Amino acid sequence: MTLLLVENLAKGFGGVCAVDNVSFRLEAGELLAMIGPNGAGKSTCFNMVNGQLRPDAGRVLLDGKNIVGLPPHDIWRMGVGRTFQIAATFGSMTAVENVQMALISREGLLYRMWRRADRHAREEAMSLLERVGMADQAERPCGILAYGDVKRIELAIALANRPKVLLMDEPTAGMAPKERIALMALTRDLAHENGIGVLFTEHSMDVVFGYADKLIVLARGKMIAEGDRDSVRDNPRVREVYFGAGKTAGLHA
Amino acid sequence: MRASILGAAFLAAFALGAHAQTQGPIRIGEINSYKAQAAFLEPYRKGMDLAVQEINAAGGVNGRKLEVVTRDDGGNPGDAVRNAEELLSREKVDFLVGGFLSNIGVALTDFAKQNKVFFLASEPLTNKIVWDGGNRYTFRLRPSTYMQVKMLIPEAVAAKKKRWALVYPNYEYGQSAVATFKELLKARQPDVEFVSDQATPLGKIDAGVVTQAISDAKPDAIFNVLFGADLAKFVREGETRDLFKDKTVVSLLTGEPEYIDPLKAEAPVGWYVTGYPWYAIKTPEHDKFLAAYQKQYNDYPRIGSIVGYTAIQAVAAGVKKAGSTDTNAMINAFEGLEFMSPFGKVMFRKQDHQSTLGAYVGKTAVKDGKGVMVDFSYKDGSDFQPTDEEVKKLRPAD
Amino acid sequence: MSAAGLLVQLLNGLADASSLFLLSAGLSLIFGVSRIVNFAHGSLYMLGAYVAYSILERIGGTPLGFWGSVLLAALAVGAIGAMIEIVVLRRIYRTPELFQLLATFAVSLIVKDAVLAIWGIEDLLGPRAPGLAGAISILGRRLPQYDAMLILIGVVVLAGLHLLLTRTRWGVLLRAATQDRDMVGALGVNQALLMTSVFCLGAFLAGLGGALQLPREPANAGIDITAIGDAFVVVVVGGLGSIPGAFLAAVLIAEIKALCIALGTIALPFGLTIAFPKFTLVAEFVVMAVVLVLRPWGLLGKPQAAAVSAGPPETPLAPAGRAQKWLASAVFVALLLLPLLAGGNSYAIVLAIDIFVGVLFATSLHFIMGPGGMHSFGHAAYFGLGAYASALLLKAAGLPMPVALLLSPLGGGLGALLFGWFCVRLSGVYLAMLTLAFGQIVWSIVLQWDDLTGGSNGIIGVWPSAWLASKTTYFYLALVVCAACVLAIRRILFSPFGFALRATRDSSLRSEAIGIDVRRIQWIAFIVAGAFCGLAGGLFAFSKGSISPETISVSRSIDGLVMVLLGGVQSLAGPVIGAASFLVLQDQVARDFEYWRAALGVLILILVLAFPGGLVGALRFRLRRA
Repeated sequence: MTLLLVENLAKGFGGVCAVDNVSFRLEAGELLAMIGPNGAGKSTCFNMVNGQLRPDAGRVLLDGKNIVGLPPHDIWRMGVGRTFQIAATFGSMTAVENVQMALISREGLLYRMWRRADRHAREEAMSLLERVGMADQAERPCGILAYGDVKRIELAIALANRPKVLLMDEPTAGMAPKERIALMALTRDLAHENGIGVLFTEHSMDVVFGYADKLIVLARGKMIAEGDRDSVRDNPRVREVYFGAGKTAGLHA
Repeated sequence: MRASILGAAFLAAFALGAHAQTQGPIRIGEINSYKAQAAFLEPYRKGMDLAVQEINAAGGVNGRKLEVVTRDDGGNPGDAVRNAEELLSREKVDFLVGGFLSNIGVALTDFAKQNKVFFLASEPLTNKIVWDGGNRYTFRLRPSTYMQVKMLIPEAVAAKKKRWALVYPNYEYGQSAVATFKELLKARQPDVEFVSDQATPLGKIDAGVVTQAISDAKPDAIFNVLFGADLAKFVREGETRDLFKDKTVVSLLTGEPEYIDPLKAEAPVGWYVTGYPWYAIKTPEHDKFLAAYQKQYNDYPRIGSIVGYTAIQAVAAGVKKAGSTDTNAMINAFEGLEFMSPFGKVMFRKQDHQSTLGAYVGKTAVKDGKGVMVDFSYKDGSDFQPTDEEVKKLRPAD
Repeated sequence: MSAAGLLVQLLNGLADASSLFLLSAGLSLIFGVSRIVNFAHGSLYMLGAYVAYSILERIGGTPLGFWGSVLLAALAVGAIGAMIEIVVLRRIYRTPELFQLLATFAVSLIVKDAVLAIWGIEDLLGPRAPGLAGAISILGRRLPQYDAMLILIGVVVLAGLHLLLTRTRWGVLLRAATQDRDMVGALGVNQALLMTSVFCLGAFLAGLGGALQLPREPANAGIDITAIGDAFVVVVVGGLGSIPGAFLAAVLIAEIKALCIALGTIALPFGLTIAFPKFTLVAEFVVMAVVLVLRPWGLLGKPQAAAVSAGPPETPLAPAGRAQKWLASAVFVALLLLPLLAGGNSYAIVLAIDIFVGVLFATSLHFIMGPGGMHSFGHAAYFGLGAYASALLLKAAGLPMPVALLLSPLGGGLGALLFGWFCVRLSGVYLAMLTLAFGQIVWSIVLQWDDLTGGSNGIIGVWPSAWLASKTTYFYLALVVCAACVLAIRRILFSPFGFALRATRDSSLRSEAIGIDVRRIQWIAFIVAGAFCGLAGGLFAFSKGSISPETISVSRSIDGLVMVLLGGVQSLAGPVIGAASFLVLQDQVARDFEYWRAALGVLILILVLAFPGGLVGALRFRLRRA
């Protein structure tokens, strides 16, 4: 069964069609890149998949189950992790506490009012930080970390729930080129090891063409292409709409 | 650091608590909302100070001088109770006097009972202090809401008006005044109709709308309980909109300088009111008080001055009769205590601990650009009480 | 009532709406741009009335003199507003949210006493406007000419502000700043000047409103409080920062009130009657609650971007270190010994009981305000519900006093259960104002429900059982309860729930994305805070022996805010130290100064300017540097 199946998704804001009839599928262990110019509807798509926005039409099937209309916190429990375009972590908590928070939530202990939270599942949280290379920053408050580090914390948080699907909105924005490669390599390894399906958006074409197994291209809310790297790269419509007609190089959007 | 701040706070509290207990003067603890109700209580304080000065100049009471320790409760009953405890424990006062707002008066009344302390509620008007909330430790000086309304009933009956409108502030004072008025008037004039009933939020009357609503109900008489800024707004709107033309108006407290003076030349004319016409009272007691007050303060007295002055006279007379400030002796002395006030002889009733201090009832007029009372007479409080039977029913047994 | 009567009543309502709008427009402007909850707005309005009175006394005899006086008074108040911005507020823009409220509160205390000192205690009824003293006949009824003029002025000011905001560069900048202040700074605009000018204009409008009200209402030292309440309601109902919204809200509220008064008392079948005029006591707050529930951003407001605190980010919670634990234990032991040292009946004991109650009250408020990020302007509701619950359980239900006290959290908790459900659907100032609305609704119900609550006089005879009645025993009871509750609240904050609560505050987006049901967490936090606050109310009731609607009043809610902000909202010890210092200060100052409110205001202002992170923040800073 397909891990994540999106069918005919649509969303409008005040008469403007932000996402129009978008369909795609994501298999376990696969990295799917969603690309398109600013305002193409990528974040809106993400927000509909993880429940932040309710689509006007269409279905989102996770393991065959329609999750449209569920709130984000329920969709997360079903195995959809998420990182944000502008990284969102808990600024008044340390890096490790951020991850612990997600672990507490996973285990359904949110309403416990007595035992100390910072002693909960510390080892697991540390090993997740280790995975993203942030173990040495574990005790620093997230509010003062460098932006690239915060993005990695976000990944650790997203992994805490052992997700089936990972939605990553510009995971490497604000990182140095070397860091980007390291983070995407890590993501790919994680996806392959654990059979996680990763849907990500990205402006860096190096990252996209370096790591994505498959691509979908959006423009003005519509899907204009879909396929593997080469077929998308060579698709004339993509070249026209996305990269600008006649240009072959300059793959940064 | 937390310790040091708290510690400093408590050290400060100790240091101030270390007042040595003085043997000499009789210490009176006085609690009031001085700043929150300044218009009444500043003259009140002056009245008190004057009485203390006069009594001490004449040698004090039983050879001891009087000393008043005042506390501002900020209009907050909880703080008033704390002030009471402070006055008793730290200032070692002999008994308590005070209260302006009814809820504070009631809270102090109950505090007196619980702590077995003598308390003279000087101003608060609520009936509760001497009726269902009354107790043997508490006496009240000012004529109650019930008494003052009852003083106005003869005027209301004499007007022979059938359709009455009621306008009053929406809290206990206004509600109980109106309830009393309706009950007493209906008893004397069974065919009376109450055609409009306007309970307005205290201090926030929408005067224009209220005035027209009353006018639209076509009453031929109005009973008003508004005071202060609400009264001023109501009067101005009513005048502009011809509300009062050809209507009898009976109005509580409006003749008190505190409330009629701010209206200046726009004071209503021909209203039947309770109040205090200090400029026209011609009795030896009042002349003496007036002369002394004006000499001391270069200002005329308000009703607050009378209440403050009389409260001190009352406790002085009580202590003198009791021979000490012992609580039980004071209670025994106060029951039936007679003394002279600027309004003449006053007595504290044994049956409900209410004093017979009265009020002046008259008609309003404008003279030299100021609101005054004319054709007034003094109504002695003893004539405007419920029967002893009723009092017994209203008041819990001690 | 005839149709003609109704029509004229609606005109009367329009005149009231116009004064409400003039009162509120400035507040909306100031809030829109600066996000400052300007508590002194009512004081500026009051100053407008007083200053106008003084000028009118001299030159108000002619129409020119009258309108000149009104304008002069408004200008004077505008200048005072600019001064407040320059001297006080400019220094504390970069502090945790709401901290400026503390400063403006202090200013309002000072202004109140200054007014009494300068203009005296008597209400000052201004002259009628020359040439507009009479009335116009409409449908057989008389509408004051001045009211008609006021309606006109309201519309003119609305149009003028609209033009100013849409057609001038200054207005465009202002509207941009309403969206994003920092962006305007990035455009190279002098932010400080922009702020000062907004404050000046806001204060000018407040002064104008106050001055124009003078022919309708005497200047008195109580208008500041009623004015600030009304202004906030109008601004929030209209939508923060929206001038047309404020106008619409003013009309809505004034007309609903006019309608209630016009309807009068209506008899229903079965001998029931409804006294509609009584509803005016709370009408605006009911309107506000309904509007906020249906339209979370007011009538014409726009959804606000998540409020970004201008202050430094909060540091992670650190469990108490050895020194802290030692200190806390030392304080506790010292308090245990207090009755022995000070004497069992000493005033220190009495004051300490009030401080314990205040500490618990403030700590429960801090729980939702600090870690929860939900500002409550109506926390006294839960205090009062707890107090009334225990008083009624004792007096009406006849339960023993210890049981009644133990059940007091139920009162506060149930109230929070009901109100919290609505509140957590909002955020920021809208949430705060909804809590205020609920507080006022509870207050008015308690005030009106005579048979149950004793009305404005309240309930007396709420004394502890004999074995708890001595001051010393009650002191120990209060100490133990308060200490246990403060520790329990602390414990909760370190627990998974406490972490989840802070998580919802830090980022609701992230919280939802890791399975945290933000609203449910916030709702439960409300209930927890309400329950603890209810217990504080119960302790209070039995320590005083009586309670009245004052326990639910706005001023108690404000006191709570002041305590929390004074101590420092970003620290768990903040509410404890804030409450203790505020109560000790107030007690001391009230005794030592005649103008004690002003003295308290000056003290708070000094503390605010000296320690912009609150007292605890200041202590921490010192310790770290030492």
